[in-house]
Amino acid sequence: MSKKITIEPVTRVEGHGKVTVHLDDNNNVIQTRLHIVEFRGFERFIQGRPYWEAPVLVQRLCGICPVSHHLAAAKAMDVIVGAGTGDGLTPVAEKMRRLMHYGQIFQSHVLHFFHLVSPDLLFGINADPTIRNIIGVAMEHKELAVQGVMMRKFGQEIIKVTAGKKIHGTGAIPGGINKNLSIEERDKFLKGEDPLNVDKMIGWSLSVIDFFRNYHAKNSELIDNMAAFPSNHLSLVRKDGAMDLYHGVVRAVDANGKKILHDVDPQDYLDYIGEEVKSWTYMKFPFLIEYGTEKGWYRVGPLARLNTADFIPSPLAQKEFEIYKAYTKGKPNNMSMHTHWARLIEVLHAAEMMKELLNDSDLQDDNLETKGNKVYEGVGVLEAPRGTLFHHYRINDQDLIEMANLIVSTTNNNIPMNKAVEMVAKEQMNGHAVITEPMMNAVEVAIRAYDPCLSCATHALGKMPLEISLYNNNNQLIDRKRK
Amino acid sequence: MADIINFTIDGKECVAEKGTLILQAVQENDIYIPTLCNYKGVKPQGSCRICTVRANDRLTTACTTPVGDGMEIENDTSEINDFRKSVIELLFVEGNHFCPACEMSGECELQALAYRFQMMVPRFTYQFPKREIDARHPKILKDQNRCIRCKRCIRTIKDEKGRSVFAFFGRGKNIEVNVDPVLGSKLTDKLAAKAVEVCPVGSILPREKGFRTPIGQRKFDHEPIGSEYKH
Ligand code: SF4
Ligand code: SF4
Ligand code: FES
Repeated sequence: MSKKITIEPVTRVEGHGKVTVHLDDNNNVIQTRLHIVEFRGFERFIQGRPYWEAPVLVQRLCGICPVSHHLAAAKAMDVIVGAGTGDGLTPVAEKMRRLMHYGQIFQSHVLHFFHLVSPDLLFGINADPTIRNIIGVAMEHKELAVQGVMMRKFGQEIIKVTAGKKIHGTGAIPGGINKNLSIEERDKFLKGEDPLNVDKMIGWSLSVIDFFRNYHAKNSELIDNMAAFPSNHLSLVRKDGAMDLYHGVVRAVDANGKKILHDVDPQDYLDYIGEEVKSWTYMKFPFLIEYGTEKGWYRVGPLARLNTADFIPSPLAQKEFEIYKAYTKGKPNNMSMHTHWARLIEVLHAAEMMKELLNDSDLQDDNLETKGNKVYEGVGVLEAPRGTLFHHYRINDQDLIEMANLIVSTTNNNIPMNKAVEMVAKEQMNGHAVITEPMMNAVEVAIRAYDPCLSCATHALGKMPLEISLYNNNNQLIDRKRK
Repeated sequence: MADIINFTIDGKECVAEKGTLILQAVQENDIYIPTLCNYKGVKPQGSCRICTVRANDRLTTACTTPVGDGMEIENDTSEINDFRKSVIELLFVEGNHFCPACEMSGECELQALAYRFQMMVPRFTYQFPKREIDARHPKILKDQNRCIRCKRCIRTIKDEKGRSVFAFFGRGKNIEVNVDPVLGSKLTDKLAAKAVEVCPVGSILPREKGFRTPIGQRKFDHEPIGSEYKH
């Protein structure tokens, strides 16, 4: 007789997910699955709406990284209004969007690290869950908690001056942007009172990388081995191979660093990426068509991006990148928990990019919009905090959206997350008929490395109840525990 | 010299010329009454009921009732304001208003009224009617989800012969306001822009122009609707 154990929902992942673990008669793990309730309804919802509404409407997909959806949709609409496929915007439009995007990357990564990850690192993943949360961090490591809050605030304020609101703004419009940055707005960030200025953000970004590296030095066993598995990696990179989170070509490398997708135009994504459907979940499983579903799946996100990019085009982050790359002797990094390290290097890069952009006088220009010959289909791809995000739309001759296809970052990471859960479950649960708190946490920690944004991100962080359900072979519930 | 009459608004002594409508008389005294179907320069029709006041103990629409000598008008009372709020709520549940994605958000009178009257969750059940966008006209889109049938468009947008370019179609609860198919070609660029302006909500949309005004610079971003009146 086999038993099915359900861990639900995963706490401190942004949203709601459910892990089921099937045990055989000897209490060995025979199958694990991560169930994610994903809101695909948006693709239907937007049909029949005017195309210029898309950037504002689709950002409602997510309360954590709405800017990514806003900008990906706007990029697709740039194509539709004839503003080109990435090279046609006016300098102020392109740079305002980039500023918005790096603000978003910064605040989202910071939220993830300080609120969701730091409790595990500071208290250990097996610590009492009543301490191992952001409140615990605030009480015992005040300075760190304050840093987290202020860094997040900085990112949100950047979003506010570029999009009009901290969440769900309207800045990007098809073919451009609806405002520039005034000198007063700019100076708030360049010369803002301590700590809310960009130099402080760069300094803090460096110190949090230090914090992680120290932790790693003492806990390399855990960080290097937990849920480490080889995989392909995919992301956008700039044409010259530099990291670029807003625009570029699509590149994939395999676990050894061999290029398997050669810098292709995002407009052609359908030629290279397929989506497999499985019966047990609504979420699709993307893969590289050339390599098939078995060998073609890939990871996206910070870990993948630091594997695909040849260099980072900002000096301090590049230095950190070199240290990071040296750890794997220049080879791709396949260690799930190193995603945290990679993410923090991106935090630094985002801070440096914000500074560069804020100092650029193009941001005060008035030429906000570009228009050309309209076409009826467009693709917008960018690197969201959690990984590559694809938006694809077709409109009719009355300006109404006829078709929308979105591949969100968490979907791209679907197989890797399932893999990570399976590895940890096998390691932690084999031979045990009961689920202990540390076991559950190990599974959660592995998922958390991917920072999945599950369907509903509005739960109060850390307050989600944890529920374990135990099923027998006939899918009857034989036990349920809550905490 | 015109006849001057005396009346009170919420107990305050006021004067007006005989024959003045309550709405105007109250506004001349720098007091706010919400309106929706009413549009300046156009004959009032009293259909939306948002301007309801109690005059000499009878509920009536301020935009169509002349003020009388010695009239006692109740305007800013909790009873009247709750009635007005219920009108706003009815308009919300009767259509499909998803403000966060609406390009008129921040410029829309219905939304502004909902804020001013602090509508939270409507007391009525959402109807979720099945309605569509009509995008056939080359100059404007008509989003039927958001039309409150105030007829402001029908009453103001006229061709050179004085014929209404917008009209009612269908009947009962399926009635819709749309561009008249015969007169649609009369909708010049100027008239189309005017139609967008006249519509109090986001039902008449300009083509390819949405979201151009940044948040913070929209009509109602800083002050609630009716802020031009002192009281
Ligand atoms: S028309 Fe007004 S009330 Fe309706 S969705 Fe738009 S902003 Fe909201
Ligand atoms: S389209 Fe606008 S102005 Fe015309 S009836 Fe509907 S809500 Fe009123
Ligand atoms: S404004 Fe008076 S009834 Fe509509």
